Amino acid sequence: MSTKEQRIGEIVAEHAGREGPLIPILHDVQAELGCVDGETEALLAKALNLSRADIHGVVSFYHDFHAEADPRPEVQICRAEACQARGVEALIASAEKAAGERVKLTTVYCLGLCSAGPSARVGDRLHARLDAKRLASVIENAR
Amino acid sequence: MIVRISDDALARALGADELAEAFAKKGLEVERTSSWGMHWLEPLVEVNGLGWGPVTADRVDEICGGKADDICIGPIAAHPFIAGQQRLTFARAGKTRPTSLDDYEATGGWAGLRRARQIGGAQIVDEVTASGLRGRGGAGFPAGIKWKTVANIPGPQKYIVCNADEGDSGTFADRMVMEGDPYALIEGMAIAGEAVGADQGYIYVRSEYPDAIRKLNEALALCKALIAPFRCEVRVGAGAYVCGEETSLLNSLEGKRGEVRAKPPLPAIEGLFGKPTVVNNVLTLAAVPHILAEGGSAQYGALGIERSKGTMPIQLAGNIKHGGLYETAFGVTLRELIHDIGGGTESGRPVKAVQVGGPLGTYLHPDQFDIKFDYEAYTAADALIGHGGIVVFDDTADMGHMARFAMEFCAAESCGKCTPCRIGAVRGVEIIDRIRAGGRAADAVESQPVMHNASKSGRLPEQEIALLTDLCETMKFGSLCALGGFTPFPVMSALRNWPEDFMPGHEGAVQRVLDRNET
Repeated sequence: MSTKEQRIGEIVAEHAGREGPLIPILHDVQAELGCVDGETEALLAKALNLSRADIHGVVSFYHDFHAEADPRPEVQICRAEACQARGVEALIASAEKAAGERVKLTTVYCLGLCSAGPSARVGDRLHARLDAKRLASVIENAR
Repeated sequence: MIVRISDDALARALGADELAEAFAKKGLEVERTSSWGMHWLEPLVEVNGLGWGPVTADRVDEICGGKADDICIGPIAAHPFIAGQQRLTFARAGKTRPTSLDDYEATGGWAGLRRARQIGGAQIVDEVTASGLRGRGGAGFPAGIKWKTVANIPGPQKYIVCNADEGDSGTFADRMVMEGDPYALIEGMAIAGEAVGADQGYIYVRSEYPDAIRKLNEALALCKALIAPFRCEVRVGAGAYVCGEETSLLNSLEGKRGEVRAKPPLPAIEGLFGKPTVVNNVLTLAAVPHILAEGGSAQYGALGIERSKGTMPIQLAGNIKHGGLYETAFGVTLRELIHDIGGGTESGRPVKAVQVGGPLGTYLHPDQFDIKFDYEAYTAADALIGHGGIVVFDDTADMGHMARFAMEFCAAESCGKCTPCRIGAVRGVEIIDRIRAGGRAADAVESQPVMHNASKSGRLPEQEIALLTDLCETMKFGSLCALGGFTPFPVMSALRNWPEDFMPGHEGAVQRVLDRNET
């Protein structure tokens, strides 16, 4: 038994007894392995007695789950209506420049800081009232 | 001297943690409370009832000495933004430590649940019905009637599901309840469980709210014995906007793709795992403890207008000077909210448009600002209250772009189950692009000599507008849920109110097409 298979088995066991445990399991698996790839899907299917298609259908449906790990730090920038009204679109070009190849920039639709946008998230840390300079420093400090 | 600083996600995003640390270093006692909801003043520092905001780390010494007059707002509770509100759901905002059981108990916490346990299920349902409370998630369905349906179905297993997948841009009231007063939500769920005979609850929180998830888990661990035999668990979403739709949320809770289910059967009859299920929004459930407390139902029902009873936590967002949470009885006009309370735009430029009710809400024109906050009044104006979020745009906004964004958002977030939403949204983006590009030339197929009936002159933007109108009708009436069904609201309202942003110089042409389609 590979270590990956063993670890997945442990995660599945931690959620035993929970109703509809697949989404919490996928969150834990991704937190541990960085992604949910094809091999993981097959192992999960076996552990949960589901078909691989079932697992793949769920993994590919949700924006949070990724098929490939990306080792770069991620900065999520909110580009929903409220942040657009507060000028986030004008910050994107300079943010992309600050990110370069080192940081992965992703778009998120709403961090719930709509009265104080533009806003961004790095890990569990939120940043609001950003301008080009502050956003660039958030991106540069992302680890 | 106790220094009170919010630990709400918004305050933290603006440096509240660092500020709290700076005050603690001065040897002062720092209490982390919920947020008052005056977001333009965050991080707000409160000492002996007086407020300073927004505070930066370099002002700490001055505030300790009672100075920094330029950012002092005087007694917080007397501030016009707070004094003008009728806070029931947010009665504790700014005043208590979010996960402190002592603070919750001392401010009337658990009184509703205690009374609910005495009066029993049938009377709980009656009182919720009498209060006139309607679902605050957007649909506005009477909560009491939903509870009654679930209560009347026999069965050993029923569920209370809290919809905390607050994905609408411009809304943050759910987040503020979960982070600022988590026990109010939990108590509301326990009361709902008591009312319908359910002993298991789930709170489905979106993954974009890490602070809310942490605080709910902390609160649930602390109050486990108090709500027993009712049990409750937090489930974290996975970034799908459509999971805010109740049937899609149930599928997601079951560990499936978040696809919408056809109704009927209603979730009240066949919900989570096919069992009778109450699905209510955070604000609906958090309003319940007040309603169930002695005399609460009558007090709640006396507020508001027409069939919109009680209070609504309204969220002022976007380009607004005084953004934040404003809970008030139904009936307030948009003009009051945006100009008198909100202070107009933050940029100081004229207001161009206001979107009420999230990404699927209508763009209202300043000419419509006399509209009263009321479910039926908004429906009559082809608009919706939704979750009570108001996003203000100044005159630099390009409404053609916003209409395109509405379609783009729908395409990105569609669950894919029904065709009008899945394909319509993609086609919608393309049509809006063509309108803004001035129509299109005949394509390769149309240009073939054999295509006798095809237009050889391509398509005029007016024809594209007729097509967009048609598509929006199809999406509105043919979609399974509100995502596809309501996306036409922002699109068509933008087109109707700001035709110059779609076809500069040809506003009249847009108007003619729209008039023709409506007759």
